[in-house]
Amino acid sequence: MSRTFVGWPAFPRAAAAATQDMQLRSNVTRATGTIRGKRAKLVTERPDWEDLRDSAAALKDEVLAHLDRYLLQAEEQVTAAGGTVHWARDAAEANRIVTELVRATGEREIVKVKSMLTEEIGLDNALEAAGISARETDLAAAIVQLGDDLPSHVVVPALHRNRGEIRDVFVREMGRHGRPAPQGLTDEPAQLAEAARLHLREKFLKAKVAVSGANFLVAETGTVVVVESEGNGRMCLTLADTLISVVGLEKAVPTWRDLEVFLQLLARNATGERMAPYTTTFTGVTPGDGPQRFHLVLVDNGRTRALADRVGRQALRCIRCGACMNICPVYERTGGHAYGSVYPGPIGAILNPLLKGPDDPQTASLPYASSLCGACNEVCPVRIRFTDVLLKLRHEVAEGDAKVKHPVEKAALDAVGAVMEHPAAWNAAVRAAGRVGPLMPRKRLPGPLRGWTDTRNVPEIPKESFRTWWKRTDGGTK
Amino acid sequence: MSTGAREEILGRIRSATADLPTQSPEVPRTYLRHAPDVDPADRETVLALFAERLEEYGATVYRAGPAGLVSTLAEVLPAGRVMVPTGFPIAWLTQWAGEALTEETTPLSRRQLDGLDAVLTTCAVAIAESGTVVLDTGPGQGRRAATLLPDLHVCVVRAGQVFSSMPEVIGSLDPLRPLTWISGPSATADIEMIRVPGVHGPRRLTVVLLLEEDQSRDAVG
Amino acid sequence: MNVALFVTCLNDALFPRSGQAAVTLLRRLGVDVDFPSAQSCCGQMHWNTGYRSETLRLARRFVDVFADYEAIVIPSASCGGMPAEAYATAAEAAGDMGLVRAVRELVPRVHELTTYLTDVLGAEDVGAYFPHRVTYHPTCHSLRAAPVGHRPYRLLCAVAGIDLAELPAQQECCGFGGTFSVKNAAVSGAMCADKARHVVETGASVLAAVDNSCLMNIGGRLDRDGHPVHTMHLVEILARTWEDGPVPELPLAAGAVAR
Repeated sequence: MSRTFVGWPAFPRAAAAATQDMQLRSNVTRATGTIRGKRAKLVTERPDWEDLRDSAAALKDEVLAHLDRYLLQAEEQVTAAGGTVHWARDAAEANRIVTELVRATGEREIVKVKSMLTEEIGLDNALEAAGISARETDLAAAIVQLGDDLPSHVVVPALHRNRGEIRDVFVREMGRHGRPAPQGLTDEPAQLAEAARLHLREKFLKAKVAVSGANFLVAETGTVVVVESEGNGRMCLTLADTLISVVGLEKAVPTWRDLEVFLQLLARNATGERMAPYTTTFTGVTPGDGPQRFHLVLVDNGRTRALADRVGRQALRCIRCGACMNICPVYERTGGHAYGSVYPGPIGAILNPLLKGPDDPQTASLPYASSLCGACNEVCPVRIRFTDVLLKLRHEVAEGDAKVKHPVEKAALDAVGAVMEHPAAWNAAVRAAGRVGPLMPRKRLPGPLRGWTDTRNVPEIPKESFRTWWKRTDGGTK
Repeated sequence: MSTGAREEILGRIRSATADLPTQSPEVPRTYLRHAPDVDPADRETVLALFAERLEEYGATVYRAGPAGLVSTLAEVLPAGRVMVPTGFPIAWLTQWAGEALTEETTPLSRRQLDGLDAVLTTCAVAIAESGTVVLDTGPGQGRRAATLLPDLHVCVVRAGQVFSSMPEVIGSLDPLRPLTWISGPSATADIEMIRVPGVHGPRRLTVVLLLEEDQSRDAVG
Repeated sequence: MNVALFVTCLNDALFPRSGQAAVTLLRRLGVDVDFPSAQSCCGQMHWNTGYRSETLRLARRFVDVFADYEAIVIPSASCGGMPAEAYATAAEAAGDMGLVRAVRELVPRVHELTTYLTDVLGAEDVGAYFPHRVTYHPTCHSLRAAPVGHRPYRLLCAVAGIDLAELPAQQECCGFGGTFSVKNAAVSGAMCADKARHVVETGASVLAAVDNSCLMNIGGRLDRDGHPVHTMHLVEILARTWEDGPVPELPLAAGAVAR
């Protein structure tokens, strides 16, 4: 079985460890820095960028508001075009459906196009348990799979690895799963890509079954859209006899024409390209071209839970461009693994609690994995207000229905609040602060505040507060 | 089982969205219909933009008039075995010395396709702004596997098929056909977010832009 | 004009000089400023940590204290954004429609200090003199929550004698984030370390911002590392005049002249 995020520590602990890993920090900083620059340049090319964002957000809201209707429409269209539609309430059901479909073909090795949803539901492990080997074909996903690693980014799952580490994984692991890495492989990205090409070529030429995700599912026509760069997607979507596309409910867009909005936004925002090298669109089965058996598995797995959250439902607009993590100063310093989910960064901080409920310490720690700087709000192509959702989820943890509570923190903030609310108490507290100020340790605070003084001093508390000064000098006039 | 899941999910959706108004607000569509700063009627600018963007992605672009096309194709095609899908104007290949394979009678196997030196196609439409050619498996374009496995893809794009931006073309495409939108040769940025050209898909893309006297829009397809 | 200073709880207790500078500056510009002593805290710490019921109580308090003033001036973009950002939402969630109305009525009169100077008073050159090398950190709230845009720059550029140095990666968060700085102290500390490094790179002797919370964070790091960079709220720079002369403990900017 490959590694999973099960049992992952809460964000503060995982993040504290990650910030100490200087190799990781440098890998993530370099990659996010590169992509930020490319994105920024291409976004300024479009004077109508904000208009595209408006349209994309509105289209996704329209889909979400009438999701039942749009999914039924998609189902009807896919079925009419010779495909079969399956519905899965949760991860286990989705895995069972896919496993049965693969079993029915008799194949033991299948190829996969990178899909965060199949990572989310743990499909590879489920297939492995059934004796089926699912080989990842996206370069980054293959790096993660070969290295028995975990994804750390939604667009580039191996973003936390540098070229040297990738070379080592290739040299060590490729031979165990097929064609070994070429002799004398260096860490040149072009050579590494060539090694992946040769290793995977054999698999593509033999593959009978492929599993993909989808970037979009057009309700009006039942069309599945897959955006990719390398051609591994085209290989899987085209060469297999049986294609199984595992798609989250929220991937629907209303009409064919709406792709003109999303396809103009996605690559620019994700990888800093005007269009990704390859976009494949297909509807059901095309006689004589590509897979002759097509299954669409629509997966809920918490999406309807998120949909019921009036503030949080906007997270389902997400088109997985990864821009929020690329811009995030927290992600830049922790990498994706600290979030304990295949969805890291700002979107992970909101989506995981919305999908699962913030009812375990790890999930409940995610809404706090943000300084609320709001940089993510500005780059989101579908205008998700991350900070609004983070605050709403924090409220759920602090005072709402979430099962994880922070009683000490609540007591402390209640006490502070009670003082602030009463003028006399607040006056007294501020004056007292001035008196105890000189006694305060400036380099080591006690208890939960200690984290501050791990890296920072505390300011000196002045002897005279502003209000004392105002009173003493009559507003500075005497 | 599956029917139960379907009904249950639909029920969850309906109750999750019960608070929302049935009438959705209108979707704003104020984005540009054409490439920024481009007059779509200015054909020279549109074609220049198309070539520039393709080259930026690492594709090779040739321009040829009706008279020069035959020699241009002879120049850009390898003198080896090339897949030429049914419907491709064979008259354009009179000066080329290689061997043209078709799938008219039987489809080639994956390994046969993989062993070819190139694939030569036309396209459905092209988008200048993003340097994109769209294949819809129509005449001269072949099935998808044929344009994928050979390592060189040579695509003849008629000038009249080039539009400035995506909103201009999307309505003319048939979503029931499998479409491949190609923006430059295969590439990856998965190693340190650095773009490396050439992974699985054709690692080289050559576009021959056929300049026609008649550049009317109904030349699409 | 009947103008109130909402000094903020942090400035009240820890940075009274900023409040005093605000009073000095506003008076110099002809504003008769009052400090209603019943004020306390905007409730941001509670709001940002998820405690909405406490925020609601502090919102009521804010409205009660400031309802009768023509303008409420706040020397903090972060606290200054709270009434508009949070109060109505908190009140609505609690079903207190009276408070929602009161907040909506009050919010247009609530001004972050630099916005008040430029947009209400129409001032850009406030007659300040500050012959020192300064770098400016645009805080996240000043960029995004209560967007003050280029106003602080315009005010700083008009200061006589100032040597303004651009801060690298200035739009990146300093890592404060309220309770984030203790709940996720390691990440916060790592963000702060980078910000402090950029500050030192500028060679400035003063780091200015419109939020003392962020300055406390960055300053705490600079202090820990032994860098002699002073942190000052922007208003403390704007309040100084030729009569005050240079700040004695700060090095003079290159080419600075005393009158």
